[in-house]
Amino acid sequence: MSENIISLKNISVSFDDEVILDKLNLDIKDGAFVTLLGPSGCGKTTTLRIIGGFQEPDSGDVFFGSERINDLPAHKRKLNTVFQRYALFPHLNVYENVAFGMRVQKKSEAEIKAKVAEMLKLVSLDGFEKRRTSTLSGGQQQRVAIARALANDPRVLLLDEPLGALDLKLRKEMQVELKRIQSRLGITFIYVTHDQEEALSMSDTIVVMNHGVIQQIGSPTDIYNEPENGFVADFIGESNIVDGIMHADCDVEFCGTRFECVDTGFGKDEEVDVVVRPEDVIVVPKEESGLRGTVTSVTFKGVHYEMYVNVPGEEEEWIIQSTVAQEEGKEIGMTVIPENIHIMKKYTGDYASDIEFE
Amino acid sequence: MKKDSWLASPFMVWVLIFTVVPLGMVCWYAFTDASGAFTFENILKIGTYWDYLKDSLIMGAVATALCLLLGYPLAYIMSRASWGAQQTMMMLLMLPQWMNFLLRTYSWMTLLENNGLINNILGRIGLGPFHMINTKGAIILGMVYNFLPYMILPIYSVMEKIHDSLFEAARDLGANRFNTMRRVVFPLSLPGVITGITMVFVPSVSTFVISQMLGGGRNMLIGDVIERLFVGAAPNYNVGAALSLVLMVLILISMAVMKKFDDGEETGGLMM
Ligand SMILES: Nc1ncnc2c1ncn2[C@@H]1O[C@H](COP(=O)(O)OP(=O)(O)O)[C@@H](O)[C@H]1O
Ligand SMILES: [Mg+2]
Repeated sequence: MSENIISLKNISVSFDDEVILDKLNLDIKDGAFVTLLGPSGCGKTTTLRIIGGFQEPDSGDVFFGSERINDLPAHKRKLNTVFQRYALFPHLNVYENVAFGMRVQKKSEAEIKAKVAEMLKLVSLDGFEKRRTSTLSGGQQQRVAIARALANDPRVLLLDEPLGALDLKLRKEMQVELKRIQSRLGITFIYVTHDQEEALSMSDTIVVMNHGVIQQIGSPTDIYNEPENGFVADFIGESNIVDGIMHADCDVEFCGTRFECVDTGFGKDEEVDVVVRPEDVIVVPKEESGLRGTVTSVTFKGVHYEMYVNVPGEEEEWIIQSTVAQEEGKEIGMTVIPENIHIMKKYTGDYASDIEFE
Repeated sequence: MKKDSWLASPFMVWVLIFTVVPLGMVCWYAFTDASGAFTFENILKIGTYWDYLKDSLIMGAVATALCLLLGYPLAYIMSRASWGAQQTMMMLLMLPQWMNFLLRTYSWMTLLENNGLINNILGRIGLGPFHMINTKGAIILGMVYNFLPYMILPIYSVMEKIHDSLFEAARDLGANRFNTMRRVVFPLSLPGVITGITMVFVPSVSTFVISQMLGGGRNMLIGDVIERLFVGAAPNYNVGAALSLVLMVLILISMAVMKKFDDGEETGGLMM
């Protein structure tokens, strides 16, 4: 059993009377790769800055292990940050940027030299010691920022959208590399992103946030397969979210059709949100299902086809994915196996507007 | 590129008329005697005026050092203040500059006089009177007062560009305030410091108004000597031009040394 290395207890922050974080509680296990995921403006950076000591919460406590660190200034905290825009020192070369923390601690020249070499090797930048940071590409600057933060031997590394400025290919490479570095060093990573794919592929634990409130905490598979509410379901991947009525345990009606599901514990005839992932929709001949619609568009996506289906009486078109293409304009039936129907308490917010916030 | 170079022609004409021609005239006077014959005599006369030159350099250096001492922290505070506060401070700094230079300096005379305002006030609480006017101290005060903004502005303008995230990065890596100043703010502000030093030192060394008004003619600087050689009772353009030339060369040398220092810092990151 690993211990919690960082705990946030009832953290609240407001800027100009606007509540940014609302009684946030979060425990982070030692050695984990934890991702804070949410649309931009939801308070991820603020959460990270509170952990790093750059932002004081209005109320609530921050713990490092069992020690309360609210009053510990940033420069004394045993954690380091990879900043959103790298924040490399422009007057120092790569070597001196990485050595900065050790110089402050008055480490010996020999120790510094060995550590810088080790760190630059870790991020595959050996040979770049003498380079000015302004002559490096975005990806290389990113690596320097990581090496600089890790050179202080932090127990926790905070990363604020570190790959946000990189192009897609480089981002994928760096994702793999960051994951490798984390498992190699065995330290805790707290990673901030608004990219759900990035979160799903890198994290041990994902913390989904919206409007300063944690929506769900869980492993990537939990979050993907068992979203706790419509916001999480919609944010974590494209989903069909429709209104439904729970007639009884395991008996739900949506789009005018009754389906068997696996959810229990809702009130009789309670209104719910029903979430169905596009890849879970099974296309059947139209006679075989009450859920029918007309295919309006078909797009080839590499592995599968993505199709939109207009279901009469529904505001939004259904999105489905299948390895078999249907003809545009054809009327099809759709069905879903009970395990793939996710029933959620009604979410009062507006998913679309929450997400378009990005 | 090339075909747009005519755009620079007004500037070239300006430089020709107001820089090249006067400089040529100064050189010509400096290396000729009254009859127009070539000579080194004038340059060699510098020995006669060595004390004035030395005084000017020392007082200019002291005034520059004081400006740096006062201006650096001020520039720092200004650069880190809120935008509104920065504007206000800038305004307060520039406001006196809109008053005529002579008037500003003249007003210090009335303040510093033996029965001036300062001695008057000190007298009321039983202090003084102090002899302040017509001293080297008064001249240095005049230099600092007049040229301080030229120190603050260039330092402020480089400091203001230091992004907040660099301060946070330094703190994140364990640097306290002192270490952040020493390892981040100071090296990054150095180009501004170099410019500031030049902009204060050059007018301080060559001033004659300040020394005449606050030094009472008893603390002549090289600027006063040169002025007299041109417009005094016994003018001698040749020696005056020679002294100007020597002063200019000395200033150029000091600027080159400063520049060297600056460049050295930029590439020698390993030293810090
Ligand atoms: N220093 C600040 N002053 C005022 N508002 C702020 C400040 N920092 C952040 N905010 C606001 O707080 C909200 C959350 O910001 P942030 O934590 O940066 O979100 P995220 O990193 O998830 O995009 C945003 O609406 C932002 O405008
Ligand atoms: Mg952010």
